[in-house]
Amino acid sequence: MKEAPIQAAALTAERDLRLDLFRGLALWLIFLDHIPSNIVNWITLRNYGFSDATEIFVFISGYTAAFVYGRAMRERGFVVATARVLKRTWQIYVAHIFLFAIYLAEISYVAQSFDNPLYGEEMGILDFLKQPDVTIMQALLLKFKPVNMDVLPLYIVLLGFFPPMLWLLLRNASLALAVSGALYALMWMFGWNFPAYPDGSWVFNPLAWQLLFVLGAWCALGGVQRLARFISSPVTIALAAVYLVACFAVVMTWYFPRLAFLVPRAVADVIYPIDKTGLDVLRILHFLSLAVIAVNLVPFGWRGIKSPVFRPAIVCGQHSLEIFCLGVFLSFAAHFVLTEISSRIPVQVLCSLAGILLMVAAAELLSWYKNLDRKGPRPPVQADLAGGEI
Amino acid sequence: MRGVVAALPGAALLCAGLALGPGLARAETPADCRVAESQLENSFALPRVEKAIADKRLDVLIVGAGSSQLPGAKGTVQAYPARLQNALSEKLPGVAVKVTTDVKSGRTARDMLPGLKAAVAAAKPALVVWQTGTVDALRIVEPEDFSAALVKGVNAAKDAGSDVVLMNMQYSPRTESLIALGNYAESMRWVALQFEIPLFDRFHVMKLWNELGTFDLYSDTKKMDTAERVHDCIGRLLADLIIGAAQPGGAVPPIEVK
Repeated sequence: MKEAPIQAAALTAERDLRLDLFRGLALWLIFLDHIPSNIVNWITLRNYGFSDATEIFVFISGYTAAFVYGRAMRERGFVVATARVLKRTWQIYVAHIFLFAIYLAEISYVAQSFDNPLYGEEMGILDFLKQPDVTIMQALLLKFKPVNMDVLPLYIVLLGFFPPMLWLLLRNASLALAVSGALYALMWMFGWNFPAYPDGSWVFNPLAWQLLFVLGAWCALGGVQRLARFISSPVTIALAAVYLVACFAVVMTWYFPRLAFLVPRAVADVIYPIDKTGLDVLRILHFLSLAVIAVNLVPFGWRGIKSPVFRPAIVCGQHSLEIFCLGVFLSFAAHFVLTEISSRIPVQVLCSLAGILLMVAAAELLSWYKNLDRKGPRPPVQADLAGGEI
Repeated sequence: MRGVVAALPGAALLCAGLALGPGLARAETPADCRVAESQLENSFALPRVEKAIADKRLDVLIVGAGSSQLPGAKGTVQAYPARLQNALSEKLPGVAVKVTTDVKSGRTARDMLPGLKAAVAAAKPALVVWQTGTVDALRIVEPEDFSAALVKGVNAAKDAGSDVVLMNMQYSPRTESLIALGNYAESMRWVALQFEIPLFDRFHVMKLWNELGTFDLYSDTKKMDTAERVHDCIGRLLADLIIGAAQPGGAVPPIEVK
């Protein structure tokens, strides 16, 4: 977000607002999905198909990363671009640790106020508090990742290893995509993943999810132009639509066992389990189908996107890291309200709406700050010595 | 959609198992325990249990972790395994029902495997009820390892000639945002479907109770009364599911699964 304001200003003219729009929507969906037992959850993507907001977030993050740092690498060289990527990675790491502090606050609160004979087993979650030395260290190492805190560590790894991939993408985009695909295939063949604490491995396997990130980057660096005819072909659109309907039917059988006949055994044996950790191919296809439909519905340069209706989502998408973190915090807060005060349906709706409203307000505030920085007089040199940003 | 179903209590406040055939003597389940029929919808039969009921002798083994027991001196009598034995005996007059348990808190599915294998091989119960998933979710066990352990356990029970019912996690509103049950609940549903065995969806039943205000699962009371009633209801609903699935001709309600 803070990459060289001068360049950012030059870029705004050609910035594809659709990316911000869909990323903003994805952030809202992630927020809603993170509130357990929330009726508003039922509008989110994951209930109607295989993929969910995570795919959108990772793909668009790859796209924008390539867009921003690709230009930096072309104009200023590998070292400068790498330095910027790593700086951004560091910011995300700090944001993750900030969220972890909030998690610690929440779990400590629960530990204080929870003692029910029914839930002796569930209390085990509080055991982490008994050995903070280990837990906090493992969290700093990104090995201990409490519930709903898996996306940022994934993002950190993806971005941290992005510079060499970006270098290759700029030299030979197809080769880079092939390398990424090969890594994905090897991950599936050998079951590679990163270790986690206290057990198991990462919920979002970076070796799998990098494929979507690199695919996004590849699209940003000319891939979309290459695929333009394919994407707008009626055959592609029809295939995508059929696949989306088929996924919808399969998902419905999860909620209504009576519909189980829709998925014959032979098909079930092939498609299940649809793995999120390893980014199942069926999930990728579902996301790509969604993307094809979305790109055709909202073509590049569509004027309607400037309408105030889309502004709230777009402004959230433009400050994705901050708004993502705020969303995680707000989902904790919403769950707190739902359990401590009332879990009635109107309250669930109210909490969801209030959360989104706060996300939009915060994003507008950030935009306002950004404009101040851009328009205002240059800070005196002393501010720089004091650690201020240029 | 479950949330929507839960929001319409009038539409679906049917006692699970009302569709049982006539002529079967059964005690009425208390109003407390009633849940939407769809919550306990089960498509799969328990042929071995059916035979055991016909032979007037039903042995059930419950393998579980901490949420299959209650603390305190009377805990064993009040926990759902004992309540299940009561409910089954009431509903199956003339059948000698014996429920044995292999329950210890803090065990993952994999931890339970050796005990489960040994017990089914030795006692050859007609039915194994396997309660698991909570500790795996707490320790964030690799979902694949969890599934593999489930498959091994179900296979071991089937090899010994026992029927199997899987029981998933408790609904716990306080820890809901701290423990990610999702993956593990999915695995259990998937394994149950794969083996065509019933899944007792404890999570959704308890969630419904909480939403309807049947039980206040959020209170931080140390008193045992709610916990006891919850376990009593679980025992009764589990008995309904078992008896329903052991009907001649298969599951209740009958659903074609190809």
